[in-house]
Amino acid sequence: MWDYTDKVRDHFLNPRNAGPMDDPTAVGEVGSLACGDALKLFLKIDDSGRITDATFQTFGCASAIASSSVLTELLKGKTVDEAAAITNKEIATELGGLPREKMHCSVMGQEALESALKRYRGELGPMVKPEGEIVCKCFGVTDVQIRRAITENGLTTVEEITDYTKAGGGCGECVLDLERILAETRGTEPAKPKPVAPKRKLTNLQRMQLVTKVIDEEIRPSLKKDRGDIELLDIEGLKVLVSMRGACSGCPSSQLTIKELVQRRLRDAVDPDIIVEEVRS
Amino acid sequence: MKVIYLDNNATTCVAPEVLEAMLPFLRDSYGNASSMHGFGGQVGKFIAEARERTAEALGCSPEEIIFTSCGTESDNTAIFSTVRSQPEKRHVVTTRVEHPAVLNVASHLEIAGYEVTHLKVDELGRLDLQELEDSLRPDTALVSIMHANNENGVIFPLERIAEIVKSRGILLHTDAVQTVGKLSIDLQKLAVDFLALSAHKVHGPKGMGALYVRRGVPFRPFMLGGHQEKGRRAGTENVAGIVALGKAMEMAATGIVEENSRVRALRDRLEQGIMAAVSDVRRNGDPENRLPNTTSLAFKYIEGESILLMLDQYGICASSGSACTSGSLEPSHVLRAMGVPFTFAHGSIRFSLSRYTTDEEIDLVLRELPGIVSRLRAMSPFTGKDDAAPGCAC
Repeated sequence: MWDYTDKVRDHFLNPRNAGPMDDPTAVGEVGSLACGDALKLFLKIDDSGRITDATFQTFGCASAIASSSVLTELLKGKTVDEAAAITNKEIATELGGLPREKMHCSVMGQEALESALKRYRGELGPMVKPEGEIVCKCFGVTDVQIRRAITENGLTTVEEITDYTKAGGGCGECVLDLERILAETRGTEPAKPKPVAPKRKLTNLQRMQLVTKVIDEEIRPSLKKDRGDIELLDIEGLKVLVSMRGACSGCPSSQLTIKELVQRRLRDAVDPDIIVEEVRS
Repeated sequence: MKVIYLDNNATTCVAPEVLEAMLPFLRDSYGNASSMHGFGGQVGKFIAEARERTAEALGCSPEEIIFTSCGTESDNTAIFSTVRSQPEKRHVVTTRVEHPAVLNVASHLEIAGYEVTHLKVDELGRLDLQELEDSLRPDTALVSIMHANNENGVIFPLERIAEIVKSRGILLHTDAVQTVGKLSIDLQKLAVDFLALSAHKVHGPKGMGALYVRRGVPFRPFMLGGHQEKGRRAGTENVAGIVALGKAMEMAATGIVEENSRVRALRDRLEQGIMAAVSDVRRNGDPENRLPNTTSLAFKYIEGESILLMLDQYGICASSGSACTSGSLEPSHVLRAMGVPFTFAHGSIRFSLSRYTTDEEIDLVLRELPGIVSRLRAMSPFTGKDDAAPGCAC
């Protein structure tokens, strides 16, 4: 059983303002049945731009229902501008906190609010299209949503991004992108061991020779121990294209192998900016 | 508040008789069976007696029983033993709906270079035995198929499976954690080579399991160390646990009759009552061949954790078919393998009864559950909207 606060339990068992609204001024929708949770937020906004009523319909777990319920309470009486400033953190704080794995429920509340306010301002058509590029295909999370979650909640790890946005919680293919976005957003380099790479600038030819040497002499023997193998296909500047062979091909952890083993080793030995990409046959 | 425990496929209460039987070994008789002195040595005969009782309940001989620490250890031991004893064979067959104790061992083997065939199940959770037959190869080291599924209760036709697998001379392991104590098992007739069981699913304590290894089957120990269990499982015997398992297995023999009569009738009444009182409910799994104590029901438009938490308000313990954590918002691997539609899968609830379940408890669930479902459906944006489920590729 999840460790929910009394306030979460209260808002789940006695949800405030549950149900659809007749003649709402604006409606915001996020999530879907397939994704496992969804929220529809109804707002009544008067001529002066003040929210006079808010209701919700939620499909999801206890913390999703509690987040929706507490959000409607927070919204009532606020002006549209005041409402726009509400963050997912405020929703979670209002509930006395949420388990880390459930933080995405508070993010869902904030996103539904955002979508409703955009509709109110006429910025959105009938279809809600999330801003930005989809990064996590499993849960349809965009880079804009991820950056926002990182900034507003001070996230520092990919696991935290998954807890807050669900991104990366499905097939895991976007984990590398999440790492990149995290580094960009926080203005830091992606986590890497102390760069021991030579300071001097390598020529293209030197770099290619060094990459080939490291792959042949260090990486392949270590993969072969697990009956796997790797083939170097091409080197384009700092980008190294490889293909996994043997037990590694089609192995769900091959992405991890590339990132953890191959890329890290090449960054150590050749150039800290090397990017290794897998070419699937 | 009284606890109404309908989650017996997760774990069961320790039977009072079992507790009684094991307590002396946690108090005064704490000796080590391997000791030379009489104080320790005397517990050896209780271990032997427990082994006999366990063997008797399964229709095998005591030497074929190895005591372990849990069902998972038994599964691991069986699988690793078969691959180690046949290093030239590099193929393993299992199903998509196994318990993680088997599935994750299979993935581990895959990473180590083994080829693993995961047999499919149909929409009722049943295997296609033709697919099993076609999957067998000369280099198949092992077939590992559970006796019955923990989530939907579907029983696999293990006798028929054994005929197919053994006719090809391949080793067969079964995870029988859910069937021991619920179905009668006679290893004289059932030609499996390994069978894993767990004490805490049959009203014994946690931390106790057993593995049946057919006489003559090559065996490699999983735990290395002392000479316990004739060198097949090192580690000082969990005397209290072993005695408890023996008692639990003895009681299971009579329990099986009750499971298949009174418990089955209670389960049917619960299931039919819910399906009559609530609309848009779907039963997961083959209604014909399933455990007598289990029903898995999917409630359309609502989410499992919410149902569980509301049931919890009444002291009712059940489990859901999806874990709503950010990492795995998806329905369970079993429901996905059965192709349960998303509109239903997130709202799947499993009730699993035991011989301690009463009529009154079932009455209470039937009284409270319909209201819980209506409350959650009134809150759901999807209620009544079947087209509101755009796939999000998860």
